[in-house]
Amino acid sequence: MAQTMVTVQALRKHYTVHKRPPGLKAALGSLFRRVPTVVKAVDGISFDIARGERVGFLGPNGAGKTTTLKVLAGLLHPSSGEVRVDGHVPQRREDAFLKKITLVMGQKQQLLWDLPPSETFALNRAIYEVPEAEFRRTLAELTELLELGDLVNKPTRTLSLGERMKCELAASLIHRPQVLFLDEPTIGLDVSMQAVIRDFIKAYNERTGATLILTSHYMDDVAALCPRVVVIDRGLLSYDGSLDELVRRIRPEKRLVLRLDGPVDRAALEAVGRVVSTDAAGVVLQVAQDAVNPAVSRALATLPVHDLTVENAPLEEVMSELFAQSRAARGEVEDAA
Amino acid sequence: MSLRSTTRALPTLFRIGFAEMVAYRAEMLVWVLATTMPLIMLALWSAVAHDAPVGKFDQEDFVAYFLATFIVRQLTGAWVAWQLSFEVRTGTLAMRLLRPLHPMVSYAVENLAAIPLRLIVALPVAVIALVLTGSQRLPRDPLLWGVLLLSLVGGWLITFLANAAIGTLALWTGSSVKLMDVWLALFMVFSGYLIPVELFPPLIRGTIEVLPFRYQIGFPVEILSRGLDRGTALRLLLGQWIWIALFLLGVRALWRKGLQRFAAYGG
Repeated sequence: MAQTMVTVQALRKHYTVHKRPPGLKAALGSLFRRVPTVVKAVDGISFDIARGERVGFLGPNGAGKTTTLKVLAGLLHPSSGEVRVDGHVPQRREDAFLKKITLVMGQKQQLLWDLPPSETFALNRAIYEVPEAEFRRTLAELTELLELGDLVNKPTRTLSLGERMKCELAASLIHRPQVLFLDEPTIGLDVSMQAVIRDFIKAYNERTGATLILTSHYMDDVAALCPRVVVIDRGLLSYDGSLDELVRRIRPEKRLVLRLDGPVDRAALEAVGRVVSTDAAGVVLQVAQDAVNPAVSRALATLPVHDLTVENAPLEEVMSELFAQSRAARGEVEDAA
Repeated sequence: MSLRSTTRALPTLFRIGFAEMVAYRAEMLVWVLATTMPLIMLALWSAVAHDAPVGKFDQEDFVAYFLATFIVRQLTGAWVAWQLSFEVRTGTLAMRLLRPLHPMVSYAVENLAAIPLRLIVALPVAVIALVLTGSQRLPRDPLLWGVLLLSLVGGWLITFLANAAIGTLALWTGSSVKLMDVWLALFMVFSGYLIPVELFPPLIRGTIEVLPFRYQIGFPVEILSRGLDRGTALRLLLGQWIWIALFLLGVRALWRKGLQRFAAYGG
């Protein structure tokens, strides 16, 4: 059995915030009386992650994904529950723990703004006590994988967002961490740069066997990188399992994506499957999983098919459906109570 | 990070800290020049002492005192309260917390790395002071030079630790910049920065002796320009290092308690 790297038991992180409605009256009122509200960012989640696993944390904004990641990285103290990362209690922030992990945040950077990234690399080498020879080897490897070239010698402020993220990743990996926490690492990047970053992360995991925990709003990141997903919604765990199983469970139907050589009657399309969309690029039909073969045969026989592919429902749709189902289920429980 | 590991990392930390300061050299120079309040005080107090001495200060005494104040201020400056308050509010403190180096060490190095640039301004002022007022005010006793060195280290430590304590309070209040402004106002009045402590009435002078502000600036300046005797210098040195110990304990306690409240906002 694979060795456990991360253990989370009944983790809760609650914040007290002071809410205030807009307007002058409320502003004056808040000078004398503030109304505290408890926000349950994470409300009792449990899971284990094996060494070397790639896991995606999914959930809508404010679901508790990043909070969980920050607890795992030792930045936040849990309100209750137990968390272990390779045997360490993260919030103690022991040196041995910090040397094993890295947290890359798409919206924050560790690179020194006015100096070239090579200076941040040198700083991290000193702080993480990486031997000179190992530092050179790692840097050469990262430079090759990320195609950094001369970027490392230009002031950080002059780099594009994508170039900065590549250097940010390199700076985060100089000490060869065993656990990578990645919080929206491709946010704001164009499609080709997203693919570069994804490929790099996957290659790093395969080369080093590092454990990888990722949050991203880009479903392509999750689909490409994470065989397992943990879905968090309103601080609660909605799903923990394989991505394929999630799709099968929520949207068992398949999609036939057709490119046609000419116009076709809607009735002819509906004879093959339920029409999801039609446009100049093609037609998308939905069919039951066990009806894929007859539907494909019928489409090829009755429609002017130029190209045909069979796909799962888009992950975005699967997630929306899952959140809707989870909320409905919770609503039922609350009603019953 | 152990003390040994930190010590090994220090040369790189200082080199990069200095490189950052050089990157901001124009801003840094303007900032250094903005701390010219002692030179303004020099002109003001010299004018006041034109006809007759003020207490035991004649015009030349004021020149020596405020030029020494300018130099000591350059050597003991720290601004970690503003850094910490900003980083707590924006959540960027997270990036420091992820590294196996105590954030206070990294702040200290960043603040100390500015000293070489500040010396570029301070050294010519020291030469001017020597030319204008002669060397007779400087201590003759080698022990006093040792005390001076320790008092400068101590002055920087109190300034840094007071900044660190107030900056850490941002973990409770969200921002502690205004609190730092209050500290600065008290510092200006009671440290000897604007008014030599000797010129205060005895009752207030007694109070100043038990406050930390004089140990930031006034104490080293007095060794340099007021001919303090051994006994007084050692007594003040003891007071200074008691304050350092108290601040160290305070910052440690505040930091440990405060980190539990860190919300790592943003991102």
